[in-house]
Amino acid sequence: MAETMVEAPVETGFTDEVCSIPGGEAIRSCIQCGMCTGSCPTASKWDYPPRKAIAMVRAGLRYELLSSNSMWFCASCYTCTVRCPRDIKPADIMHALEIIAIRSGLSTKRSRTPVMYQCFVDSARGNGRVYELGMMIKLFLRTNPFAAIKLAPVGLGLFLHKRLPLRPTRIKGMGELKAILNKAKALGGAK
Amino acid sequence: MKSYTYYPGCSAEATASPLGLSVPPVAKALDMDLVELEDWNCCGSTPYWSVDKLEAACMAARNLALAEKTGFDLVTPCSNCFVILHSTNNHLKELPPFRERVNEALAAAKLEYGGGVRVRHLAEVLYTDITPEGIGAKVTKPLKGLKVAPYYGCQLVRPNGFDDPESPHSLDEMVASLGADVVSWPLKAHCCGSSLVMPEPDVALELINKLLKNAQGNGAQCLITPCPLCQINLDAYQSQVNSRFKTKYNLPVLFVTQLMGVALGIPAKALALSRNIVSPMRVLAPYL
Repeated sequence: MAETMVEAPVETGFTDEVCSIPGGEAIRSCIQCGMCTGSCPTASKWDYPPRKAIAMVRAGLRYELLSSNSMWFCASCYTCTVRCPRDIKPADIMHALEIIAIRSGLSTKRSRTPVMYQCFVDSARGNGRVYELGMMIKLFLRTNPFAAIKLAPVGLGLFLHKRLPLRPTRIKGMGELKAILNKAKALGGAK
Repeated sequence: MKSYTYYPGCSAEATASPLGLSVPPVAKALDMDLVELEDWNCCGSTPYWSVDKLEAACMAARNLALAEKTGFDLVTPCSNCFVILHSTNNHLKELPPFRERVNEALAAAKLEYGGGVRVRHLAEVLYTDITPEGIGAKVTKPLKGLKVAPYYGCQLVRPNGFDDPESPHSLDEMVASLGADVVSWPLKAHCCGSSLVMPEPDVALELINKLLKNAQGNGAQCLITPCPLCQINLDAYQSQVNSRFKTKYNLPVLFVTQLMGVALGIPAKALALSRNIVSPMRVLAPYL
């Protein structure tokens, strides 16, 4: 690991890039105490756990970090955020890293979360509300259709208990919402 | 009677329909006037936040702008909608250049957000405005002898919570006001894995197993939670946990409003109790 870290290109603007996304501003205050990693319920699954991921931003190891599975395992439990002694909001920093990874086309194939997020966003954009069944089907078709077989009993249970409507709900103001989102896109997206 | 603008969120109409269905009768019984926000849209949720922040903020801000016209607090029963709407509200207040760009986008639909909305979680409104005493006063069927483990999950109490982020007590007090026995359990505000259950089921099932084990080990007959994702993970995925870890959990997981409704004397049908995957009828039978 140390070897590849030495070889990876260092990008000095990486910290500024994270700072420019709402929620990522305070990353420079990190003192590397490790409270975030110690508090994280999924840290053992991350290629680079939260403390290390934050250090890598500051070290400019952009490609290395953004092509890892790290931030995609953040479950947004915000335990790190309420415990951080420097108020740097590590969970929001992970969301900022996800945005930058998607924008840069660097998402890892070793986590299915980026695909799920994209399916969710497509659903919200398409109807104004999320159509959960449609999103789930799309996710499994795009990632692992076999996983769907394993989880089929869960879906069937929800369906039989009238919790998985077969049709999406569409908001009346869909035209307005599209106009807002198109304007947002024209204004420069996630910056 | 106090009025609120009500934002159910997408889940409350589908996978969390027992929540969406049980809120109105409970609100009525507690003299709350909940008026659904006209033509609300998805809050954007964590996925949109993690794909494009400006677009995500615009999704949330359309709701905030529509709610601002009503003049009432915006109340949601969904913990994730709460975090997203509340945090977006904060960003728009604290970051003027960001607010300007969001408003420029909203102008495409002749909308503008001035920052005047107070975003609140329904559980906080029940606790602060109605109060445990106020709820207790309306109880017609005390849940005497029922051992309930309040499960807060994460996003009700973190990062924008009104309660202690690590050792919350608001739901405990409300459960006690219903006459039930409050189960004290250490993992009451630990993570269930949230939406990771879909892309990374192994990670989430492990966390769900820990929660169920801890609640059951401390004597719980059922759990309650305000959060759609927590409820689905602990209820709908319970059978997956059982087959994965060779466990035999049969723990009903109710939405806060469902349990409250039982104690308030609202019929089981109106509380959508038949829509819970692990049936709560056995433990609730004495009170129905």
